Amino acid sequence: MSQWPSIKDLASDVNSGRVSASEQVEKALKTIEEKKEFNAIIATLADRARQRAKTIDDRIKAGENVGRLAGVPFIAKDNFLTFGAETTAASNILKGFEAPYQATAIERLEAEGAICVAKANLDAFAHGSSTENSDFFTTLNPHDKSKVPGGSSGGSTASVVLDMAPFALGTDTGGSIRLPASFCGAVGYKPTYGLVSRSGVVAMASSTDVIGPLTRTVADSALVLDIMAGTDELDSTSIVKDKLGYELSPTEAHLKGQKIGMISEYMSEGLEPEVKDSINMAIEALKQAGAEIVDVSLPSLPLALAVYYVICPAEVSSNLSRYDGQRYGFSQQDTTNLDDIYKQTRSIGFGNEAKRRIMIGTYVLSSGFYDAYYKKAQIVRTKLVKEFEDAFKKVDFLIGPTAPTTAFGVGENTADPLKMYLTDIMTVAVNLVGVPAISVPCPVSDNMPIGLQLIAAQHQDRKLLEIAQLAESILK
Amino acid sequence: MSQSSKTYTPTIGIECHVQLSTKTKLFAAVGNDARDARPNTLISHICLGMPGALPVLNAKAVELGARAAFALNTTPAAFSKFDRKHYFYPDLPKGYQITQFEQPIVLGGYVEIESEGVKKKIGITRAHLEEDAGKSTHPAGKDYSLVDLNRAGTPLLEIVSEPDIKSAADAKAYARELYLIVKYAGISDADLYHGNMRFDVNVSVSSDPNVLGTRTESKNLNSFKSVEKAAEYEIKRQIELLEKGEVIIQETRGWDDAKQRTFSQRGKEQAHDYRYMPEPDVPPIILSEEFINEIKSSLPVMPDEWRNRLLSLGLSRSQIDTLLEAEIDNEAVDYLPIIESNLDNPDVAKFIANYFVNIEIPMRHDGSVSDKLDNQARSTIYIAIDRLIQDNKLSSTNAKALLTQLLKDGLSPTDIEEYAAEQGYIQESDSNEIEKIVEAVIAEFPDAANDVKNGEMKAIGFLTGQVMKKSLGKANPGMAQELIRKKLA
Repeated sequence: MSQWPSIKDLASDVNSGRVSASEQVEKALKTIEEKKEFNAIIATLADRARQRAKTIDDRIKAGENVGRLAGVPFIAKDNFLTFGAETTAASNILKGFEAPYQATAIERLEAEGAICVAKANLDAFAHGSSTENSDFFTTLNPHDKSKVPGGSSGGSTASVVLDMAPFALGTDTGGSIRLPASFCGAVGYKPTYGLVSRSGVVAMASSTDVIGPLTRTVADSALVLDIMAGTDELDSTSIVKDKLGYELSPTEAHLKGQKIGMISEYMSEGLEPEVKDSINMAIEALKQAGAEIVDVSLPSLPLALAVYYVICPAEVSSNLSRYDGQRYGFSQQDTTNLDDIYKQTRSIGFGNEAKRRIMIGTYVLSSGFYDAYYKKAQIVRTKLVKEFEDAFKKVDFLIGPTAPTTAFGVGENTADPLKMYLTDIMTVAVNLVGVPAISVPCPVSDNMPIGLQLIAAQHQDRKLLEIAQLAESILK
Repeated sequence: MSQSSKTYTPTIGIECHVQLSTKTKLFAAVGNDARDARPNTLISHICLGMPGALPVLNAKAVELGARAAFALNTTPAAFSKFDRKHYFYPDLPKGYQITQFEQPIVLGGYVEIESEGVKKKIGITRAHLEEDAGKSTHPAGKDYSLVDLNRAGTPLLEIVSEPDIKSAADAKAYARELYLIVKYAGISDADLYHGNMRFDVNVSVSSDPNVLGTRTESKNLNSFKSVEKAAEYEIKRQIELLEKGEVIIQETRGWDDAKQRTFSQRGKEQAHDYRYMPEPDVPPIILSEEFINEIKSSLPVMPDEWRNRLLSLGLSRSQIDTLLEAEIDNEAVDYLPIIESNLDNPDVAKFIANYFVNIEIPMRHDGSVSDKLDNQARSTIYIAIDRLIQDNKLSSTNAKALLTQLLKDGLSPTDIEEYAAEQGYIQESDSNEIEKIVEAVIAEFPDAANDVKNGEMKAIGFLTGQVMKKSLGKANPGMAQELIRKKLA
């Protein structure tokens, strides 16, 4: 049992004065300290969090309603720019960087009274599926310290499962929210591309980066999303939110009459038997509850990973160009000329995975190779978009596993980058086509958690959250 | 070796970076006018390329880009988009420049120039929106460089011409016409001194009309004259090299204004692979038909159209050019609209145009016109003076004197005739009065009178002059002459 009530109840308790914001912050900081050995946290914002809590408590004493997240502590992945602590993206090159502004998502949560208490570990610059690419340390899976938590939002997810805070923020470029949610047994929500402003979040691959919550329940995710979502003048790719919002009330929706497509490509190859059984059981349970389950094939799906690992590194190589040791972050000054500052700053400051992606990205964008790689990948991407659109003409949702396996051992895949990339095989397509998806925990016996992935058409975030909540109650 | 008798044809194409007259930068809500700003004061997290900073496109820049399309005699692209151009330099904070590589906002179009009395159309390949880089300075003898990011992100429109330009004179004419076009269309302040227009001149020469020679690019020229001189220098330099049997190296060259020559910048150049890719942070620009039509109808009269209107008044080419340039010298002072408002009376319009060119514009250049007169007041003065001349009440000499005085003192009397009379500018047209003076003059100069009687007409001028003198300049000289003739017939 969690020490935190639902986010809605917690905020209402704080607003009514039954509990104080300061107590919540202390509770979070204490748990962070107690569970230190999991390496989920890079830094706490203790001073700022305590100050904010005090201000909130004073306002409540003065009779104010502080907002829908009054006094609710949360943890941000360390690629969100925040005040109160460094923002490093778990990279050496940004070590020491103090953000001069905050991410829009952080600003919106704070405006409703939420309190950021800590920054969570990640694969440096969100490049990875296990947090082992963090330049600082590897986060351990809350269920088994010999296993990885998944990545790249591994620290955020572990922090929620370790009960450090009611919710955490992650980013999902190719599965980085859903995969750790699956590995750690949390709810991880990846919204429609553009639904949450990317302003103030260290960019990985701009055309697939999204921001989303990691929570214990679907209802918590829905509430946090509702507060973060919507157009932002600082992000031209941001989109309007659903006019009904995303906060779930006891819903009228039920599974009867819902047509759910089981993605056949995800159910066949390379699926661990244990995962397959668990997903099949979950799907059977949804069927029993009235859902109509049909097989759906998306023929280009097997190409998605290849497409992703062309487009994503291309954008990564571009987005990481700004880390040149000239204005902020690490700079190797012990050099004799400009070229050397660039070379040495970047050679020392970037870890192996960042360098690998910069090199792949630089290669696929080079003149003479652009058409063969980048352009071709974009063509397949367009084809994938079309296949998903066609599928959603036939079914309301798509369903499948979030990952082909349960959490693997620390160090198990680090020697083989390709094997590591394969972890993302069931999540990347969703990012390439920009649709929303959620990972909710499946029932497991005593073993490691398994995530069920539900996918909806673009802008159908509200519908997706509603059905995910139904699935969650059925699978409990 | 025999002397070569080959003729070489130059081929010139010009790229021009025009700074758009927006209040803020292309992708950041930060002031754009870096002229008097201290270094690194016009910057935000976006200009600095901070982590997490995203570009937000300036709608005004899009509007000006679309206007440019019409100003260049074409239509803006309904769909255009941005790309990233990558290279490392300290004055390029993001490590890439956001520019329109694949699908620019303007494709095609042309600029009409007149050079050496011939009209020519210079094709426009494209014009695209892009952000400027910052400014680097390298203090002599220091072991550091300085970067000022005030200019970083300033919106530019790069206008690329077809290689249709065939001489240095044409190159200058093109640059000058482009200047008038962007200024008239309100696209740019076109302040050349502050680098609002920068020209890159691509030159090649060939003795075979069917084969293009190797080209060089002389970069960052900021005056019409340097465009002309750089083209001239390159044409000569390349022909000399070819004549010596040497080859032209394709390269970037700089312009040394003091020595009036181009010089190789090869040392600084590297073989760049810019790794262009679509800019994922900026959605494509999609212009509705409605927006495009709105832009089209908001375009003011362009220089070429003014030329046609003014030519119909019988003004000379150089008078027209003077008026076209004066018009944009000072935004508050109208010339063309005042001429235009009198076009239904071409004589008046022509009179005003002539007086602008001969009197007011030279006075403005000397700074001797009071700023107390607004356009309405000036218009009234010109029309009134023309009327007084038509009514024989003002000699052309006095008209000029009167106008000069009004402009200088900034006076706009409610009754100009009354004022002119008070000031003694009105000429005497009462024939009785003039007759008295004529008689007096004939009596005073009998020899000259005799000469006239004997048919020596030169003496009429002398006697008329004496009448004018005696009347203190107020006599109508035409009437005076006629009276002298009559008396001495």
